[in-house]
Amino acid sequence: MGGPAVRVEVVEQLREIVDSDAVRVSPNELYAYSFDATPLVQAEPDVVVFPSTTAQVSRVLALCNAERIPVIPRGSGTNLAGGTIPVAGGVVLNMTRFNQIYEIDEKNLTATVGPGVITADFHRAVEAVGLFYPPDPGSMRVSTIGGNVAQCAGGMRGLKYGVTKDYVMGLEYVLPDGQVLRCGGKNYKDVAGYDLTRLLVGSEGTLAVLTELTLKLLPMPETKMTLTVFCNSLVDAARVVEEVIAARITPATMEFLDQGTMHVVDDFAHLGLPRDVAAMLLIEQDGSPVQVQRDIERIAEIARAVGAADVQLAETPEDGARLMAARRSALAALSRLRPTTILEDATVPRARLAEMVQAVVDIAAKYRVQICTFGHAGDGNLHPTCLTDERDTDEIHRVEQAFEEIFRTAMELGGTITGEHGVGMSKMKYLPQRVGPGGIQLMQAIKGAFDPNGIMNPGKVVAGYQPQRVVVRQS
Amino acid sequence: MTSGQRAPTPETQRGPVTGSDAPERLKFDMDELLNCMHCGFCLPACPTYQQTGLETYSPRGRIGLMKGVAQGKLPIDEEFERNMYACLGCRACETACPAGVQYGRLIETAREVVEDVKRRRGRRSFTRHLVFKQFFNHPRRIRVAGGILWAVQAAGLQRVATKTGLVRVLPREMAEMQSAVDTVASPSERKRRPSVMAPDAGVQKAGRVGLFTGCIMDVMFYDTNQATARLLNKIGFEVVFVAGQVCCGALHAHSGEKVDAVELAKRNIEAFEAADVDFIVNNAGGCGAALKEYAHWLADDPVWAERAHRFVERTRDICELLAEHTPLPFQRRIEARVTYQDSCHLAHGQGVRQQPRQLIRSVPGVQYVELTNADTCCGSAGIYNITNWEMSMRVLDTKMEHVRRTDAHIVVTANPGCLLQMKKGIQRAGLADRMEAVHIVDFLERALGSAAPLG
Repeated sequence: MGGPAVRVEVVEQLREIVDSDAVRVSPNELYAYSFDATPLVQAEPDVVVFPSTTAQVSRVLALCNAERIPVIPRGSGTNLAGGTIPVAGGVVLNMTRFNQIYEIDEKNLTATVGPGVITADFHRAVEAVGLFYPPDPGSMRVSTIGGNVAQCAGGMRGLKYGVTKDYVMGLEYVLPDGQVLRCGGKNYKDVAGYDLTRLLVGSEGTLAVLTELTLKLLPMPETKMTLTVFCNSLVDAARVVEEVIAARITPATMEFLDQGTMHVVDDFAHLGLPRDVAAMLLIEQDGSPVQVQRDIERIAEIARAVGAADVQLAETPEDGARLMAARRSALAALSRLRPTTILEDATVPRARLAEMVQAVVDIAAKYRVQICTFGHAGDGNLHPTCLTDERDTDEIHRVEQAFEEIFRTAMELGGTITGEHGVGMSKMKYLPQRVGPGGIQLMQAIKGAFDPNGIMNPGKVVAGYQPQRVVVRQS
Repeated sequence: MTSGQRAPTPETQRGPVTGSDAPERLKFDMDELLNCMHCGFCLPACPTYQQTGLETYSPRGRIGLMKGVAQGKLPIDEEFERNMYACLGCRACETACPAGVQYGRLIETAREVVEDVKRRRGRRSFTRHLVFKQFFNHPRRIRVAGGILWAVQAAGLQRVATKTGLVRVLPREMAEMQSAVDTVASPSERKRRPSVMAPDAGVQKAGRVGLFTGCIMDVMFYDTNQATARLLNKIGFEVVFVAGQVCCGALHAHSGEKVDAVELAKRNIEAFEAADVDFIVNNAGGCGAALKEYAHWLADDPVWAERAHRFVERTRDICELLAEHTPLPFQRRIEARVTYQDSCHLAHGQGVRQQPRQLIRSVPGVQYVELTNADTCCGSAGIYNITNWEMSMRVLDTKMEHVRRTDAHIVVTANPGCLLQMKKGIQRAGLADRMEAVHIVDFLERALGSAAPLG
């Protein structure tokens, strides 16, 4: 596509602002930052910059704002909605050098970190002092906390513990004009003005650059247990979920995998899963030993009553952890099956789960495409994953049609177009249906207030034009 | 770039670029490249990404670049070459990859493509040519070089190395690595080796093993090869030092010299067929991984595919075979704190992780301590520590921080490159007074009591 190219003088100015090795412009380097984990979208930046301090971020932004150069903040590049694709060129602002945990405040149960800290490293650090940070997106071993906050990442513990937005208490951020601002902090109660913290969480890099985050921590649950439930039909699995919740039990995790997903996950992780069942649920409960034991027993009873094919308790915490790790590999493992893997995250109120699961099966048949489904059944967040081949334009067209119908169905069931991946480029065309024209206009006005020149991650979320997918073709 | 010019934009880069239409790019397996869905799960596993934080130094980034080349969007140029050779080839990303991308094969193809283009343009790398054509393809020359190394070491005559031109074959970095080598077997010692070693008397016969001696292994760690044979004799195997065997071809394949690698594979297959053995055993993780790739290298060759397949079926790392014959008849205790550094090509390449640990733990007296990130590359990576010395040492220094924390007396390894690198690392970290690096075979032999204890 090619946007406003960056003049050599500007590149030199960037080199003066950041460390000399922190400005990258070679063809291979630009190419390596032309994609993230999203299939089918690709565009090269003009420069890749690695700032190390807030002051550097401020100066880079002020320069780019003056020059009207797009700025695309990036962490580890694991997002799935094209959120870090530099569709209009410009500067990819890589925040991975902000990888310090500044403080774990055991008195206030907060932590203050740089946006480049790897999520799983942060988990380890707080767990070492008996504390707990629940958000655990599938890519947590790779993703950065800053990226999680920018996308409002979810994860497998959303059912009981909520998602990233429920754990962000305060932020330091830089506006496009270079102003460094703070919002929120360590106060559990704080109603001083509009809640800019909540607004910035999930803003996908379109409003400001996050440079420091203050996060809420919980005491580490005493214990946890993991249960697997194997079902002969998808609807049985969905009914187990609905009935467990109706029985006033809130497990930490209730993950759903259909047969196709189970097979590829087992091929990677060698768990010895049964091959002939239609679906499985991976259920985890944490808390005090007495309560965990009681809940797990009741869940097992409910599953048997619904007619589950088998119910198995993981014997050790290590076995449980292995199951959860295997579940996290589901998306990438599915990509073994076909050359191109497209994952979506349509989400419905959890009482409508069974209907949604069935609808995905019917839609796949209607458009003759292969869709495997897994996801966070407990919170109604499904990941219908289409296995296709980007070189087959006819099939890709049918895939697009199938997803359109999936999103429409989700919204008809009172659901949403994206539960946790964000709008990015991929969902832009569905956003007006979800939030209405008034909603879009208001969002665009908010965007204009933060970023009057439109340099922050252009072409995303509320950009107001049809996304142009740069499809990678084999020539 | 001069002032006033515009920095490269996506538009200008995608214009006609030299080499982008190079026919060599068609060698890439597009299906395998597309198998990578760039999820980034490989990033934490990649030592060079961990050092640099740059996507061009990550498996995902490199595969992205390969796709770019394969699609004619990027030229096959010096930058691409540098990025492809900055990879250690440790294949830790393969273990981390849920999509099962065969990265090791992709990077071999990428280097092959680079070398093909250079050959076509007559722009050969002098050092690489010399090392591979003149050195590894000719066992006699390795023996000569080994002889020289031995002489240099025995006589302390560094000038000999200069005069014979060895310094050109083995540059400064290699010379530095030499300082980590204990002794090199004398040429006459290697000539005296019997061609067959019978199993120990009174032990039940277990079969006939052809020992793959490996070229570097046999010169620099001749004693370890002999110890491997003695160990196999102790558990009932007859060991044949198969005549006519040559270099496994791993270094060639990793360096884009695939044609030569395949030729070496054929010679080895012939040699071991003639020896009529039950197992083909090696004690070098790097060689072993290559030997097990022969079926893949020759898959499209109607004459050789089946023979290569049979060869691979019989190939075992020494640890695999020994682990099937536990407990070993230990005679002595080793009262020491011991840790294990995985060989990348044994762990990630061959999936052999538990057997060496199990063998070490089975030695009486051993207090085994697991090394953090044991299966992360030490930076040796074949000849990487010669071609990319600086990065190799950065990776090694990170490794040694973890090694230091184990407080181990002995670091056991299962590959000569790793062994040399760990010896070097122990020196660099100032741990030489309290720690030693030992090949697993030599370690086990200490407890079997069949040779004078080392060290």
